[in-house]
Amino acid sequence: MNTTKHTISILVNNQPGVLQRVASLFGRRGFNIESITVGKSEEEGLSRMIIVTTGDDHKLEQISKQLYKVIDVIKVIDISANPMVERELALIKVNAEPSIRPEIIGVVETFRATIVDIGPKSIMVQVVGDSEKVKAMVELLKPYGVIQLTRTGVAAMIRGV
Amino acid sequence: MSTQTLKATNKELYTKLMQPDVITGSEILLRSLLLEGVDCVFGYPGGAVLYIYDAIHGNPDFNHLLTRHEQGAIHAADGYARSTGEVGVCIATSGPGATNLVTGIATAYMDSVPLVVITGNVMSTAIGTDAFQEADITGITMPITKHSYLVRDVKDISKTVHEAFHIASTGRKGPVLIDIPKDISAHKTAFTYDNKISIRGYNPTVLPNKLQVERLLKAIDEAKKPVILAGGGVVYAGAQEELLEFVNKTNIPTITTLLGIGGFPSSNDLWLGMPGMHGTYTANKAIQNCDLLIGIGARFDDRVTMKVEGFAPNAKIAHIDVDPAEVGKVVETAIPCVGDVKKVLELANQKAKSAQSEAWIEELQKMKKEFPLKYKDDNKHLKPQYVIEMIHETTKGEAIVTTDVGQHQMWSAQYYRFNHPRSWITSGGLGTMGFGFPAAIGAQMGNPDRLVVSINGDGGMQMCSQELAICAIHNIPVKIVVINNQVLGMVRQWQEIIYDNRYSHIDLSGSPDFVKLAEAYGVKGLRATNKEEAQKAWQEALDTPGPVLIDFVVEKHENVYPMVKQGSTIDEMLMGDS
Ligand SMILES: Cc1ncc(C[n+]2csc(CCOP(=O)(O)OP(=O)(O)O)c2C)c(N)n1
Repeated sequence: MNTTKHTISILVNNQPGVLQRVASLFGRRGFNIESITVGKSEEEGLSRMIIVTTGDDHKLEQISKQLYKVIDVIKVIDISANPMVERELALIKVNAEPSIRPEIIGVVETFRATIVDIGPKSIMVQVVGDSEKVKAMVELLKPYGVIQLTRTGVAAMIRGV
Repeated sequence: MSTQTLKATNKELYTKLMQPDVITGSEILLRSLLLEGVDCVFGYPGGAVLYIYDAIHGNPDFNHLLTRHEQGAIHAADGYARSTGEVGVCIATSGPGATNLVTGIATAYMDSVPLVVITGNVMSTAIGTDAFQEADITGITMPITKHSYLVRDVKDISKTVHEAFHIASTGRKGPVLIDIPKDISAHKTAFTYDNKISIRGYNPTVLPNKLQVERLLKAIDEAKKPVILAGGGVVYAGAQEELLEFVNKTNIPTITTLLGIGGFPSSNDLWLGMPGMHGTYTANKAIQNCDLLIGIGARFDDRVTMKVEGFAPNAKIAHIDVDPAEVGKVVETAIPCVGDVKKVLELANQKAKSAQSEAWIEELQKMKKEFPLKYKDDNKHLKPQYVIEMIHETTKGEAIVTTDVGQHQMWSAQYYRFNHPRSWITSGGLGTMGFGFPAAIGAQMGNPDRLVVSINGDGGMQMCSQELAICAIHNIPVKIVVINNQVLGMVRQWQEIIYDNRYSHIDLSGSPDFVKLAEAYGVKGLRATNKEEAQKAWQEALDTPGPVLIDFVVEKHENVYPMVKQGSTIDEMLMGDS
C-alpha cells in the first residue's frame, strides 16, 4: 500500500488535557505527526485540531478509529480526501543589510508575501499559503541567511458547502 | 442522549440519598457511588482523601474494605468487576497512593474491565507546584484509562461520577479515573443527581449493520471448514447463551481464548480448547486449516496469533466486536460486524443455518482424541497438573478460579474445565503477577455464596501476600493455592527452551514458609508434597469454613506444553515428551 500525506480535522471538546490525549495517542500507537494545530472552532466549547500525518489506508483507518475512542473527540474527517483549502503561516527573519533589501523585497512581492518588520540588519517576512508555498519561500530566502523561522502548522477546511 | 437508570433499588435509601442537602464534595461522592449501586469499595487512606474517609466514617450504607496495599485494592476491585459484571470501585490517596494503582489500572485496561478509580490529589491551588505527595495521575494514566477526570469544582462531582460509571460500563468496557483535589472534596454545595447522560463524543455502536450479518451468514453457508474464536468480549457482553445457540444452529467448532474461557461450555463436543502459545493441538491446527475464522469479542492478541503473517493462512476472517478499532487492527478482516456481541449474535441467530461442516468436525474430533492435553504422571512426585485436575474434580468445575501469572496460570487454563462465564479470572493482556490473590478477594466479596479458589505461583504469591490480612480479619473464605515449584517457573521454561538452559535469576529459594506466612496473618496453612497429602489437605481446606492457604510443593522441572515459540506460526508446536 502506498504511503501518502493526509490532513485530518478533529473536532474536540475543549477540555483540559485534550491536546495531550490526542497527541500522545499518536505517539503511543506509532502514528506520525508532521504538523499539529489547534484553536477554537465555530462552536463555543469545541476546538478544532488539524493534524498532518502520513500513512497508508490501513494506518489511516486505525488513526481515525483510535481517535474516535478518545471520549473528548467528537468528529474526525480526513479532509485531504476532498477538495480542500490548506493554509500555513510562517514568519521568516532574514539577514538584510540596506543594500540588499530591494532584492529581497522583490522576491517577497512575487510571492505575494509581506514584510511585517524591518530592523537595522534584518527583515521579517510573513508568508501565508499551502505548505509547498511556504517551503518555496523559505528556500528562496535561505541564500540571504535565515536568522529565525516560525511556522504555525496547517489550518485546513473542505471547500464549498 | 441516553438515560442510565440508577441502580440504587432500595427506595428508602434512594429517597434519603436524593435529599438536596448542602453537603461536602466527599459526601456527594459517597452518595453518588451509592446511587450507582456500589456495594463494596476497596481502598487505602492518606492525606488527600482524608475528607472522603471522614465521610465514610460512620456511614452505615457504605461498605469499604481496607486493603494492605493500593495494588491489592485495585486488583480486588478488578476481581469484583470480572466476577459480577458490575463496575469495580477503589479509592487511593494522591501521589504514592495513586501511582501504586498504575499496574492495576493497566491490567484492567488491557482486559476491558469496568472500574471507577477514585484518587485524591493535593489542593487545587497547589496542583503543579510539586507539592508534597503530588503526582499528575491523570497524565500518568492517560494511555491506560478509557477516560479520566480531574474535578475542578465541587458542583461537578455527582455528574462526573455518573458519567464515569456510564463510560466504564458501556461499549468496550474499561477503567475510568476520577481525580479529586483535597479542597474540592471539602467544599460544600447542594446535592443534585441527574439521571441524564449526554456525552457528545461518546456513542458506542450497539446494533450491528444488518448487511454485514447477512454476509457473515452467507460466508458460513459457503464454508467447509469454519471455526469460531470466542474471546473475553463474549463473557463481558453476557452473550454465552447466544453463542451457544449460534454454535448449536451453525454446528461450528469453537475455540475460547484465555479470556474467553467460560464463555462457551468446555463440556460441549464442539469445544476445541484454547489457541495460541500454550493452546491445544486441535485449536491451533483448526485455526491454521480453517477456511472461515469468526472472531467474536476477541482481539487477536499476539499470544493467540503468534507469527501474524502465517496466521490462519487459508481463512476468510469475520470479526464481531463492539470496538471498531479492533476490527482490522491485527488481521485483515473480510467481514466486519461492529456491535454489541450479544446483539450481533441475537440477530445472526434469527437466520443462522448449519454449515456444511460434518467432515471437518470429524477430522477435528479425531485430532482431539489423538492429541489431548497430557502430562507424565508418576507416584513419586506431585505434578502441578495433577493438583489442578484434583481441584477441578472436587469442585465439579463449579468454583470461581482466579490465577496469577506463569505456568500455573496456563495449567489452570488447560486442566480446569469451565462451563460458566465469569468463573475464570486471570490477567490476560498485561500478564500481571500479583493480580490473582487480591482479585480472588474481590471475587469473593462479589460472590459471597460461591467457592473461590485462588491459584498462584510461589513467585506471584509474594507480590501481594499482604492481603492475607484481609482474608483473616473479614473471614473471607478464599482457598489460596500455591503451586510451589521453588522457581519463577515460566521464566525458567523460556530460559530452558530458548536460552539454552542458562538459568538467570529464577531461583526462589529464600521464599517464606507459606504455611507459616499464612499463620502469621491468622489464616490456616496446610502443606502437601505428594498425591495423598494433596488430597487430604485439599479436602481439609474445602471443609474449613474460612480462608485456607495450601502450599502444594510440586515437581520443579515440569513445563507447560504444547508451546509455540515466538516467531513461529501456531501450528509449529513443541509437544513435550509426555
Ligand atoms: C509483575 C510482573 N513481573 C514479572 C513478570 C514476568 N513473569 C511472567 S511469569 C513469571 C514467573 C512466575 O513465577 P511463579 O509466580 O513462581 O509462577 P510459575 O510460573 O512458577 O507457575 C514472571 C517473572 C510478570 N508477568 N509480572
